[in-house]
Amino acid sequence: MTAATTGLSAQDQPADFPFPHRHLLGIQDLSPDEITCLLDLSNKYAEHNRARGPKFDLMRDKTLINLFFEDSTRTRTSFELAGMRLGADVINIAVANSSIKKGETIVDTAMTLNAMHADALVVRHSNAGAVKLLSEKVNCAVINAGDGSHEHPTQALLDALTIRRHKGSLQGLLVALCGDVAHSRVARSNIYLLQTMGARVRVIAPPTLIPAAMERLGVEVFHDMRAGLEGCDIVMMLRLQRERMEGSFVPSVHEYFQFYGLDYDKLQHAKPDALIMHPGPMNRGVEIDSDVADDLDRSLIREQVEMGVAVRMACLDVLTRERFVATP
Amino acid sequence: MTGKVAYINARVIDPASGLDAPATAKGGVLTDGTRIMAIGPDIFSTGSPAGAEIVDCEGAVLTPGLVDMRVDFCEPGNEHKEDIESGSRAAAAGGVTAVVTLPDTDPAIDDASVLEFVARRARDVKLVKVFAYGTITRKADSDEIVEMGLMKQAGAVAFTNGRSAVANAKTLSRALKYAQAFDALIVQHPEESSLSNGGVMQSGELATRLGLPGIPREAETIMIDRDLALVKMTGGRYHAAHISTAESVAKIRVAKAAGLRVTCDTAPPYFALNELAVGEYRTFAKLSPPLRTEEDRQAIVAGLADGTIDCIASDHLPQDQESKRLPFEQAEFGAAGLESLLPLTLELVHNEHLGLSDALAKVTNHPAELLKLPVGRLHVGGAADIVIFDPERPGRIEPDNFTSKSKNSPFDGRLVQGRVIRTIVDGRTIYTAAS
Repeated sequence: MTAATTGLSAQDQPADFPFPHRHLLGIQDLSPDEITCLLDLSNKYAEHNRARGPKFDLMRDKTLINLFFEDSTRTRTSFELAGMRLGADVINIAVANSSIKKGETIVDTAMTLNAMHADALVVRHSNAGAVKLLSEKVNCAVINAGDGSHEHPTQALLDALTIRRHKGSLQGLLVALCGDVAHSRVARSNIYLLQTMGARVRVIAPPTLIPAAMERLGVEVFHDMRAGLEGCDIVMMLRLQRERMEGSFVPSVHEYFQFYGLDYDKLQHAKPDALIMHPGPMNRGVEIDSDVADDLDRSLIREQVEMGVAVRMACLDVLTRERFVATP
Repeated sequence: MTGKVAYINARVIDPASGLDAPATAKGGVLTDGTRIMAIGPDIFSTGSPAGAEIVDCEGAVLTPGLVDMRVDFCEPGNEHKEDIESGSRAAAAGGVTAVVTLPDTDPAIDDASVLEFVARRARDVKLVKVFAYGTITRKADSDEIVEMGLMKQAGAVAFTNGRSAVANAKTLSRALKYAQAFDALIVQHPEESSLSNGGVMQSGELATRLGLPGIPREAETIMIDRDLALVKMTGGRYHAAHISTAESVAKIRVAKAAGLRVTCDTAPPYFALNELAVGEYRTFAKLSPPLRTEEDRQAIVAGLADGTIDCIASDHLPQDQESKRLPFEQAEFGAAGLESLLPLTLELVHNEHLGLSDALAKVTNHPAELLKLPVGRLHVGGAADIVIFDPERPGRIEPDNFTSKSKNSPFDGRLVQGRVIRTIVDGRTIYTAAS
């Protein structure tokens, strides 16, 4: 493949590409410039994918391992596709948490993977910090695909790319994150990214789903969804985990939808051109009304999935490309 | 070992009697090889006794061997983490000559026979003096009170369920009442588990950023509130272990002023560290109770300074690598503490929060008096349990050099001042620092 056919070339990522990280563990580690570079590169991949451009060979002869300690279909598939489009050999390893004696595996797994000489490792784990622990023990690039309630950086990047494509920039936007903020790695990564890029963030949820000292993260906290949506440019819904629905954090799905489910009535309070997002998979009728979710004019949910592949291609690219070539 | 030993050139400090005698060549401490025969700055003014071995302390401090009122020697049941011998060696290296071990072992120390097993092991090891708590309830997790009278006769120094609280109010109130028949002390790990369950660190901004489930301070203060009410109701003798929050200090201060029979202790992590030590998922800083905020840490220091907090315990909870090299949520709670107890306690002195004698009291006569142990002071006729240390000498806490089987310390690499030179139990030197 040539640069002419793809619109992408090695010049898009010179040897001094400002991404001085070995791993992508969280948005908290990234500067605004690094985020911008990743989003710019992601956008090029997005255009390429949309134009049904051919596969790349950037990761030819390289191995990508998707290591999922927690079930996932869409994130894993997205990384799988991203790896394949870059020409990598992709292997999926699903380590169901139930089948392992807790904790014994993560460091041992790292040792095993080292022996396999992977070039990139995409890891999801149900414990916060577990991906970082693994990254300290392996000798290849690690991408955090979600660690407990901590971070999910590629989700925040794909959300940012989706927003940027519609609003031009993140600067000055008012974004509402609604739902189970307490247990959401998506919420945390988005908060860090949006704030780093100059957007303002509100979180809207019942008090039981807001973690301690939330306002110390620089966000405004609302418990009334209508008030919280007032003036928002983006309404980002979060998935409510099934095990939190009944009794422990919220009394019932019925009550939750009544007060925190996104429907047209509540959406009226946001800006008229406010756009709707959801990281998926959706609980229709729990956190979002089906009509709203499927509204072609307002909902970006499908485009988020599309951008996911592009963002993951960009992340794999910057982490696996031979960057430290000597310049004459 | 029956020969006399003269320890000269030592600054002799005995917090119990208030003695603080400067180092002189003509004074110090004389032992007959097991017991103390004389103490004072001029006991050798006419020359040291004939035939006595002379130990020149070179100006170091000589004080009662430290008394550590809460350690876990993991025996019986978890000898891969620590056992009575390795734990005793760690104690000796830390200048500790008497320890009280937690009873929530496997099996638990909930009857006289397990108590006797521990005592026999300690006799065989013959290093430091190992005392033991009995559990309050059978297996340390039931609501059935142990045979406190028989266990006290067999040597249980006090009763506690160790790392778990007695959650049931009726059970604790009965224990507080029943214990009075034997003047036994009830020691509680003050934590309301229905509030703390699932939590792994102090709740707040840092836990929220790390995505870790939090433990609010109220888990501790609610339990202390409840327990103080039960103490008032029963008239029992109660000790709150390793308190960690500002409010706990305030509540116990008030309870003491009101005349309740209440005491408490804390551990070095709670006056020398705060939640920031967790950093990016450092499991060595995963402790129970969790490391709190800076405001709490300062209140703990203030509580030590004004006497609200009676004692400092090392909270020595050894964990092997397999228990700590895990994602934070899965890792075990606890830190090895014996070998850093003295230098960290001395930080309170170097930072001018406490005088040297007052700081030493928290790790010598205070815990000994509280638990009615025949240790923790220097007096003629008493056992020669002694630590000699240099309070100024700079050093670094290096867990890799710990004698303990486990190396899990949140103080890894910390610069400290103070070093144990020699540890003596019943006149026998059981530890000498490599020079």
